[in-house]
Amino acid sequence: MTAASPRFRMTTRTRVSSWATIGAAILTAGLAALPAVASRGLIQDLFFIFTMLCLAQYWNLLAGYAGLVSVGQQAFVGLGAYTLFAATILAGIEPLTAALLSGVVAAAMAVPTAFVVFRLRGAYFAIGTWVAAEVYRLVLAQVKELGGGTGTSLTMSVVSSTAGLDWVSMAFGVRTPAARDIVVYWAALALLVITLAGIYWLLRSRFGLALSSLRDSELTASSIGVDAFRLKVFVYILTAAGGGAAGALIFLQSARISPDSAFAVLDWTAYVIFIVVIGGIGTIEGPIVGAVVFYFLQTYLAAFGTWYLMLLGALGIVIMLIAPKGIWGSIADRFDLHLFPTRRRLVVTSTRRTGDDRQRARQSGPPSGQMRR
Amino acid sequence: MTAARMLSISKLGKSFGSLVVTDKLDLELGAGEALGIIGPNGAGKTTLMNLISGAIVPDTGAIRFDGRDITTDSPQRRCRAGIARTFQIPHPFGNLSVFENLLVAAAYGSGKREAEVVEACGSILDMTGLLSRANRRAETLTLLERKRLELARALATEPRLLLLDEIAGGLTEAECALLVETVRAIRTRGTAIIWIEHIVQALLAVVDRLVVLNFGRKIAEGEPRAVMSSAEVREIYLGIAA
Repeated sequence: MTAASPRFRMTTRTRVSSWATIGAAILTAGLAALPAVASRGLIQDLFFIFTMLCLAQYWNLLAGYAGLVSVGQQAFVGLGAYTLFAATILAGIEPLTAALLSGVVAAAMAVPTAFVVFRLRGAYFAIGTWVAAEVYRLVLAQVKELGGGTGTSLTMSVVSSTAGLDWVSMAFGVRTPAARDIVVYWAALALLVITLAGIYWLLRSRFGLALSSLRDSELTASSIGVDAFRLKVFVYILTAAGGGAAGALIFLQSARISPDSAFAVLDWTAYVIFIVVIGGIGTIEGPIVGAVVFYFLQTYLAAFGTWYLMLLGALGIVIMLIAPKGIWGSIADRFDLHLFPTRRRLVVTSTRRTGDDRQRARQSGPPSGQMRR
Repeated sequence: MTAARMLSISKLGKSFGSLVVTDKLDLELGAGEALGIIGPNGAGKTTLMNLISGAIVPDTGAIRFDGRDITTDSPQRRCRAGIARTFQIPHPFGNLSVFENLLVAAAYGSGKREAEVVEACGSILDMTGLLSRANRRAETLTLLERKRLELARALATEPRLLLLDEIAGGLTEAECALLVETVRAIRTRGTAIIWIEHIVQALLAVVDRLVVLNFGRKIAEGEPRAVMSSAEVREIYLGIAA
């Protein structure tokens, strides 16, 4: 090395991403202020989108980044929901506080669950997670205090003990049920913002890079010091916590729970996978697109019942075949567009020696006599 | 060797079914030493790399690194202890950029924060001739570039022992000469090297000592040129009747 080494800098930011960050901040502020003007129906619809998008982001992190294709995430939605009902009805805890507790309990339950399902790989892992969810459903159906197999409802006293209810009623001049919708809407928006910001931060940390490396080659990843098992367990527990909190909010909003609805594989896993797949797996933007598309399909086609489900399945298969990267993935590839980029780019900041190493190699040429004996 | 023993392998054995691929192998390596390993196909060279790097666990025997028994340690633990390897068939992180391939290796292999390793990653890319490819996805690289990436990624973990598995295969003479220069530069930093290679000339330009393997056993060891001229090696390895 004769010349001074070039100096380097790393960046992830692009012009588009700077605008996207500003746009996201404005959108968040707008959504937070929305209850002042929006109808109750719109607030409920957005609540549905927010919670489904949270679940989709968790599944995307799990399957799209950590390579853990689980079909049993309803286990944690259900556990979170039941924690909320148990904590509020049996222990008299304030519902929003109980929703936080739901996240903690779901994460705690993910530890023994992981102990079992992480012994399985690939398709067996997927089936194992489903079985685990069924076990939790059957166990909770035995709990008489929470309605057993038929389920139970939140009492009026529990519902009206939700924090901030009186304030919202006064401020917006609405009755208690509408105020409750607004409070859980805000809670869901908060969970969504924390989820998106958290995942974005995670993927931009060295942890995200390690996850991506695992996805490409576990063999190589282990050879450079990445502990695959530890990373996967961490992601599994993290997504369980999020799923538990989301489940708690979903069932706080409906105020009614049963083992079948809380541990519904269709609602909390099949739809969620659909959202991720049609939107674009392995990107943050994909599930956002997917959740919006899913909302419109649900709104306009759900009345067709079974036909609607067959259409969803067919649409999912078609997308997988013609655009395996999903709607967003295809757009991102076509236009090289990344709103939330995680790609680190190396920038050579010194001009003393440029990055044109090919030219340098030609100039220096092969050292003669090296090769021949 | 007068230097302290960095790697010490004793009575190492590994079989795949009835096939013995490593047979009571003893091997020593001093700090900063460069060892070449040659042998015919199926001699157990890559298996030895896998055993040292932890990709497979031996049936018998022990491996000690810096005096510590690492025989059953996971690959990631050995990497953090200072052992890095390249793969004979390149295994890049295809969806990551070339720079990110090094970044993740540097961050996890050396346990530092990303920002602290950017400079080192850039320098390694420069040294291995990959700087102009830094921001391209690794799956877009040619085979030769992928081989260089194997070396660059291993270096990014700041190894004290570098295991090279046929990195010169398929290179032109000029490229091979550049590679030899690079490996020599790595040596001068004090990194110990075990290099498996079919291109003997490349090895001879770098290594202090040569080991010949056949059927999982060490059949010759010593000063490279002396080993290469011994009758047994010529017969077994080069197929020349003694």
